[in-house]
Amino acid sequence: MNKELIGLDRVGMTYEAASGPVEALAGISLRVGAGEFVSLVGPSGCGKSTLLRIVAGLRLATVGSVTVAGRAVRAPIPDIGMVFQAPVLLKWRSILQNVLLPAELAGQDAGALQARAEQLLDMAGLKGFADKLPRELSGGMQQRAALCRALLLDPPLLLMDEPFGALDAMTRDDMALELLRIWGERDLAREARKTVLFVTHSIAEAVFLSDRVVVMSPRPGRIAADLLIDLPRPRTVELRAAEAFGRLSLDIFRALSGRS
Amino acid sequence: MTKFSTLSRQYWPTLVLFALLLASWQLAVSLGGIREYLLPSPLAVWHALWHGDTQWAQHLWTTTLEIIGAFFLAAGVGVALGVAIAWSPLMANALVPFLVFVNTLPKVAIAPLFLIWMGYGIFPNMLMGALIGFFPVVINTAVGLSQVEADMLDLGRVFNAPKWKIFAKIRIPNALPYILSALKITATAAVVGAIVGEFVASQKGLGYVIVTTQSSMNTSVAFASLIWISVVGLALYGAVVVAAQLWAPWAEGID
Repeated sequence: MNKELIGLDRVGMTYEAASGPVEALAGISLRVGAGEFVSLVGPSGCGKSTLLRIVAGLRLATVGSVTVAGRAVRAPIPDIGMVFQAPVLLKWRSILQNVLLPAELAGQDAGALQARAEQLLDMAGLKGFADKLPRELSGGMQQRAALCRALLLDPPLLLMDEPFGALDAMTRDDMALELLRIWGERDLAREARKTVLFVTHSIAEAVFLSDRVVVMSPRPGRIAADLLIDLPRPRTVELRAAEAFGRLSLDIFRALSGRS
Repeated sequence: MTKFSTLSRQYWPTLVLFALLLASWQLAVSLGGIREYLLPSPLAVWHALWHGDTQWAQHLWTTTLEIIGAFFLAAGVGVALGVAIAWSPLMANALVPFLVFVNTLPKVAIAPLFLIWMGYGIFPNMLMGALIGFFPVVINTAVGLSQVEADMLDLGRVFNAPKWKIFAKIRIPNALPYILSALKITATAAVVGAIVGEFVASQKGLGYVIVTTQSSMNTSVAFASLIWISVVGLALYGAVVVAAQLWAPWAEGID
């Protein structure tokens, strides 16, 4: 493993619900190296989205320690890019202005980043859509714009919470390839790539994208399995038909259903 | 031109119906022998509009001023209260029950009190219009400010954006269509308030004209006044609709 970027040590999280305390996560220990693409899969309500937010500092673990780039996370940290299940674009802003939003929120000069924003849009295949409003774009295109927004400030860490979950199956497969391309699977050395923590429901998506797949158990979420995806990169469409792809998918399926 | 032709295609039934109503009204009055003081004919109303002794310009001016004043007062106070409610839970707890109470009062019943407190004049009538029209603005402003996706707010937290910036860049633009939608109600309410105020206490204005025709049985003037009131009301409502299309074109179907 490369230099460690994310370190979770016996992280647990309990929150107060109307019916009493609910234990969402228990005993999560996980290390993610810089440049690694790690997917979290697990049943609904297993706390994988919560775990993502704990890494971002948006929610705080009740026990255990969380570090990102060696620093303890006790509040929201700025060096991350977030992509959610919905594009969450501001309806009244053009695509370009949406991509520039993080600069404005962080109090940086948005004008100075305009060239970068346009370059990101080009790379994401949204050239010519910079001045459109979000509603003029398809769901897949909106999600690409959201990815550009997450990349604007060049964060070392990308946190993606079921980003393709709302898209149709074909768009979804396209987006997976697109994400790997933008991630720099072909043109960047492993250390130069961003670290990605990717939450998904889809086993195939997790296998296709990841270096590692972390399988979580039902609530309270624990790590049920941590599988290395030793498939060659760059990943191609043909890979989905490979024997190794099927074997890894089956391993994840078994870990998910508790039949290993 | 194409816009005009689609408009005319959409509205010709309205125009035809309106013309038919006017014609049958005119016929009913002139052939049916309905007395003028009960129901004046459209032609008599037309005459009162343009050739009577009523000083329409000054009455129209007074009432228009009251309505516009009421509208902007309601809009300003409504938005300010809505922002206060959305800004802090403390202010929400303090203000909301009080506002709900004020809203349940029949505002018309307060009009005589305004006369005692403020006497005759434009301002109390403005205030009446504002009082009737401000509540929807408060509610819609507060709702619009709070209806922001939780993920979007997380984005603000990740970048450590100060609260005022979240309001300026995310919450307030988000609330704009809600506010404009409430202002359509306010536009109508401002008219009602101004006229009610004039009914109770006034020396000028379109509502005042209607009250004075009661004693003189000059019904055609009352009808003419009604037409002027609806002209002002429609103009204000139309202005809000146009403003909504101009300033919040992304928000279709929020009403």
